Amino acid sequence: MPNAIHCAGLTKRYGAVTALDDLRLDVPAGAVFGLLGPNGAGKTTLLRLLTGLAHPTAGDATVVGYDIATGGVGLRQRISVLEQQPNYYGWMRGRELLEFTGRLFGLRGAELRKRVDETLATTGLTEAAQRTIGGYSGGMRQRLGLAQALINRPQVLFLDEPASSLDPAGRHDILRRIAELRGQATVFMSTHILADVERICDHVAILNHGKLVVAATVAELQERYARPTYEIELEPRQDEGADALEALLRAAPWAEGVTRAGDTLRVGARDIRAASYALAPLCAQAGVAVARLERGRPSLEDIFLRLVGEPTAQVDPEEVA
Amino acid sequence: METQVLAGFGALLGKELREAWRTGRLPVTLVIFFILGALSPLAAYYTPELLKNAAGSSGIQVIGLTPTLKDAIGQYVKNVGGNGFLIAILLAMGSIAREKERGTAAFTLTKPVSRLAFLAAKLVGLLVTLGLGMLCATAVAYAYTVYFFGVTPAGRFAVMALLVWLALVAFMALTFLASALTRSTVVAASLGFAAWLALALLSIWPQMAPNTPNGLFDAAQAVALSQTPTHLGQSVIVTSALIVATLIVTQVVFARQELTGSAT
Repeated sequence: MPNAIHCAGLTKRYGAVTALDDLRLDVPAGAVFGLLGPNGAGKTTLLRLLTGLAHPTAGDATVVGYDIATGGVGLRQRISVLEQQPNYYGWMRGRELLEFTGRLFGLRGAELRKRVDETLATTGLTEAAQRTIGGYSGGMRQRLGLAQALINRPQVLFLDEPASSLDPAGRHDILRRIAELRGQATVFMSTHILADVERICDHVAILNHGKLVVAATVAELQERYARPTYEIELEPRQDEGADALEALLRAAPWAEGVTRAGDTLRVGARDIRAASYALAPLCAQAGVAVARLERGRPSLEDIFLRLVGEPTAQVDPEEVA
Repeated sequence: METQVLAGFGALLGKELREAWRTGRLPVTLVIFFILGALSPLAAYYTPELLKNAAGSSGIQVIGLTPTLKDAIGQYVKNVGGNGFLIAILLAMGSIAREKERGTAAFTLTKPVSRLAFLAAKLVGLLVTLGLGMLCATAVAYAYTVYFFGVTPAGRFAVMALLVWLALVAFMALTFLASALTRSTVVAASLGFAAWLALALLSIWPQMAPNTPNGLFDAAQAVALSQTPTHLGQSVIVTSALIVATLIVTQVVFARQELTGSAT
């Protein structure tokens, strides 16, 4: 599969701060690619470099074969961008913004009207098309943002935290619409919401402190960092027992990454044999009644926390891309 | 067909003109200039009469106050030129800075448009707004001047208006540059005002006055009164050069600038 995006040693410095450090990354064409990283990891910087809004300090990159430094109008004809908090001309009507955007892409006449109607329908904005953007809600703005980004049928669609400011319903809606683009365009989406990536992305890269930590398909990542994880769901109202069990798990030599959410504890196992022998006795020792005890697949969150979220976690450099 | 250098210019200019109208910028500018233009001959004609009336009631005798065409022309230059600079600064201050501040510049410039086209569309939009305002002021001022002071050469009146417009464009261009340098409309306006102040102070020095846009005001007045203006060519050349140089610097600055989304 050819690469839609190719970064070779891409570096961006702001004075003494290195926002992006020698990034080498390939994004296959047609992929829904999730760029993960904590705040300040360099995700937005990378998006700004790839879309021509900022200039690299060193290295280079191509997007659909165009050099980002010299691609200019030809490159921007083939891409689209949706900002984290899209801000458009508040005096325009929704339809007007799409017509304006279409004209910037060289669309005119019947073809322009057809594309505008299509994108309004795709994003569920047909009824709101004649309202001024100043009166749109956050969710409607985000959908309008997606509509303007789709009007040119881009080869690569850049999305910066597309769902982070939306309520659950709005988030579900926008993610569904992004997932529908699979195969039609390459989607390059930066986010720190791991559940979103897990839901719609097939490829993932993790950035931390401007450096690439890992890049792989979601399946490869889960395979590569598969660490047996146990989930223990306790019967309700056993707070003291849950505290005791959590303390016992944290002290166990085979356990790592103990987390707790309500009545459910999750624990990673360095030694699966030791864990399978020890878990039931530890529950008994803590005096808790167990509703469910099961071994699960590691989630993207487990992998992310292991790679960037745990200061003590040591990542084998050979494991890292 | 637009070249790559000016890619998107037509669509961007259309947006600028619609924005000027829909946000009220153009109508407000027209109204203000209309008032400034109308006031000029009216003030010239009625001020002596008002002074005489005021002086008469206090027992002071006022002599030699007969309104003339020169007064009307002087009032036009003072009103339209002297106040117009403020409108020029207000129009230009947010043209680029506001779009950078709100993130709409980043939105537009990730589309297949050149930065030169982005700036050119904004500049033409501003020139059209200021030009229509000046047209409005000049038309009403001319009509009242003819009514109160008799036949006045229309061509000379138009040349006077063009010279005043050129001076205002210089202040607009300086603020346009300031707007490209910053993300804040207030800072852009302050820089524009500082530039105007510096040029105004410079023009107090008689030898330097022809080398500033303010030098055009005296020349404009002389042209309208069928007199021979001193330093007309010099003032036009210097002001035009200042405008062109400022716009070139604006393009160079803006072309290299890194843009971000909306300020959060």
